[in-house]
Amino acid sequence: MSWSSLIPATSFMPIQATEIAKEVDLLYAFLIIASLVSFVILIGGMTWFLIKFKRTSLDQKSAYITHNNFAEFLWSFIPLVIMMGIFYWGMVIFEKLRTPPEDVAAEIHVTAEQWAWTYRYANGKEFYSSANDPMIIPAGKATKLILTSKDVIHSFYVPAFRTKQDAVPGKLTQLWFEPKQPGEYIVFCTEYCGTKHSGMMIKIKAIPSEEYAAWYHAEKKGADTPADLGKTLFAQKACASCHSIDGSRVVGPTMKGLFGSERKFTDGTKTKADENYLRESILVSSAKIVETYPAAMPLFQGQLSDEDVANLIEYIKSIK
Amino acid sequence: MSSAHTKTEHGHADHNYLNHGSGIWSWMTTLDHKRIGLMYFATVATLFLIGGFFALGIRLHLAKFGAEPLLDPDTYNKFMTFHGAIMVFMVIIPGIPAFLGNFVLPIQLGAKDVAFPRLNLASYYIFIAGAAIAASSMIFNQVDTGWTFYTPYSTAKTSNGVILLVLGAFTMGFSSILTGLNFIVTTHKLRAPGMTMDRIPLMIWALYSTSIIQILATPILAITLLLIGAEKTLGVGIFDPDLGGDPVLFQHFFWFYSHPAVYIMILPAMGVISELITAFSKKTIFGYRAIAYSSVAIAAVSFLVWGHHMFVSGQSTIAGIVFSIITMFVGVPTAIKLFNWISTMYRGTVTFEAPMLFALGFMFLFTIGGLTGVFLASTGMDVHFHDTYFVVAHFHYVMVGGTLMALMGGILYWFPKMFGRMTSDLGGRISWVLIFTGFNVTFFPQFVLGAMGMPRRYFDYLPEYTNLNQISTVGSWLIGLGFLVGLITIIHGIFKGEKATDNPWGAKTLEWQTSSPPPHENFINTPTVTAGPYDFR
Repeated sequence: MSWSSLIPATSFMPIQATEIAKEVDLLYAFLIIASLVSFVILIGGMTWFLIKFKRTSLDQKSAYITHNNFAEFLWSFIPLVIMMGIFYWGMVIFEKLRTPPEDVAAEIHVTAEQWAWTYRYANGKEFYSSANDPMIIPAGKATKLILTSKDVIHSFYVPAFRTKQDAVPGKLTQLWFEPKQPGEYIVFCTEYCGTKHSGMMIKIKAIPSEEYAAWYHAEKKGADTPADLGKTLFAQKACASCHSIDGSRVVGPTMKGLFGSERKFTDGTKTKADENYLRESILVSSAKIVETYPAAMPLFQGQLSDEDVANLIEYIKSIK
Repeated sequence: MSSAHTKTEHGHADHNYLNHGSGIWSWMTTLDHKRIGLMYFATVATLFLIGGFFALGIRLHLAKFGAEPLLDPDTYNKFMTFHGAIMVFMVIIPGIPAFLGNFVLPIQLGAKDVAFPRLNLASYYIFIAGAAIAASSMIFNQVDTGWTFYTPYSTAKTSNGVILLVLGAFTMGFSSILTGLNFIVTTHKLRAPGMTMDRIPLMIWALYSTSIIQILATPILAITLLLIGAEKTLGVGIFDPDLGGDPVLFQHFFWFYSHPAVYIMILPAMGVISELITAFSKKTIFGYRAIAYSSVAIAAVSFLVWGHHMFVSGQSTIAGIVFSIITMFVGVPTAIKLFNWISTMYRGTVTFEAPMLFALGFMFLFTIGGLTGVFLASTGMDVHFHDTYFVVAHFHYVMVGGTLMALMGGILYWFPKMFGRMTSDLGGRISWVLIFTGFNVTFFPQFVLGAMGMPRRYFDYLPEYTNLNQISTVGSWLIGLGFLVGLITIIHGIFKGEKATDNPWGAKTLEWQTSSPPPHENFINTPTVTAGPYDFR
């Protein structure tokens, strides 16, 4: 129990299923208090003046006051300081919401389409949400989602986790969460996507992590895991002629340990190799050229499906 | 202007702009800014009724009173789209500038008309043409994209009606640009002798800042809308990921216009409020310069905050943080205005006629709208609230609670000048009570719905949201009734209202120094200005 539970408005928030949800609600409680105080100062002050300075006779004279530099400085400066505080507080939470931890217990590729979600696990287990399968995740451990969409923009919103992220066609976005307790949590689509926008709902089912491990390994895997499929594709497309998998230097950078490493480019910029970087480098290799390497790779845009790309990424991730 | 030496004589009481030329043709071809303002009034009021019809339909459906849903999902999405598109592009954006601005700006400046009267009339017809094109999409090929037209939904997955609607918005954009241009030139070139830039009324400062946004931002919307048309008909691949485009790019373009557009909606409202507060407090406005410059500051910053609509769009975290901090800066000039208005009442002699009630209603609702805006500007908080009913409540508090309250207040305030008659004060007060109460009943529960997690643009929702939705719907009827009473009050005032004196409120700005209604060219003799605009001594 913290002071924030004294603020009635926080009781309207959904259950706090994650640590971050608690932090968001604390900021929310603070904003409610700050707003109430500001409202009372502004509207209370106004009401007081209205009563006190109500015109009572026709020949009444108003005071002649044009401005007051000190007052005006104060009511510009104080709000500015408060706003900067709120900005900073929000930023701290935002960075936590946006930065998945280094090791995640489950990584799920989520593909949105009108009006369903498909989720695919690293071992090839795949579910289509209209079959009413919840998304199974481990409780007490971090899960990372890699989101994309087949058609229009959708958005993956879990009120209980206070987080959401758009799923954008042609792009990979990510989202992570760590529910503390086992339970079922609603997922809404929050980016308008057409007729059945409001019907695009799924459930996340968090189960104890031992149970999750058993579930994950129990049933027959898909014929091939995404990484297996990616390996086959890697061979078919002759990627190995330019990219080694053992760390040796060929024409292009090696795949070994590539994922998550820092890449430096010929234009001097740097980035961490995440899913989106890999996707871009596979489809439009000329976008970012790694230092000391030639711009030699052909463009695969239009030749690989989103699923092919996702499989390749999973394969590259597996080359450690 | 009490201390101003204004050599205006009353026009012949029987000769004014309303009877200067008669017959429908004299109105349709008029170059008089006052008549053009009134034509905008009639047009915008009609469109407002249509937009309001869709709003009531949406709310009635969401109340789920019957066992069967009132609308099917497609119809609901179309209602939602037309409600938003009509209210934004055809009511709130043109409402105050094109109608009240057109009527008031030249008179307040002591000018005979706007700088380019023919262009002004052309703006009106361009607006009509745009509205007609947009409205034709209601008949031929209905649209269900929402007023934001996000790609690739709008380009790949829905009917070609989108092209009509965006073409209409594109056309209306020209009207907006031309009106803005006209106001800027008028403000610079046609001020009465003695009226320096620091003696122009605050309504003019607000319209001036708005005009700058209109001419700088509207072309971006025009280009964006053309690109949608091109994408849809020619498949150019700017936004389509299958062709190498970026759907999020559309959002950048769209909000680069549409965020500043929020200030096209609210700045003129702030101008109206500045006029009303000082007139009904019978006191010089507090901090004239601060209010004037804060309008310009809001206009400037408005161009740098569009990304706060996109915190969860896939835009980078650092971009989100930068847009968040800049957005916070908007809070400062806004707070300055609120404090200045309240200080204006301090040691004034305040009266509470209907226009003042609307101004006070504006203060109340806009304060809530502004404070909840801070919630949304804060990145960590916005992730939860983004695209929920919290946002719906927030922007209705700002746009409806702000702009429409100011518009109603402004109409009732300048009504005697427009028609030479008074509206019934009682009618105005009843209208205010209904709108103000109804507004809070409708939209306050939506903050709670948003906190609970109910997403916006939903045809259907979880059972736990039902009660609040029903309360909200009942509130919407009160608003509807309130505007109906307002409309009756206005129509009654036009035909049966008491005769108005030249300056019924005892206000100080120039428009009150000429007769009610003013003569064709506003003043018999050009006024000379010797002091600031609100010299209540």
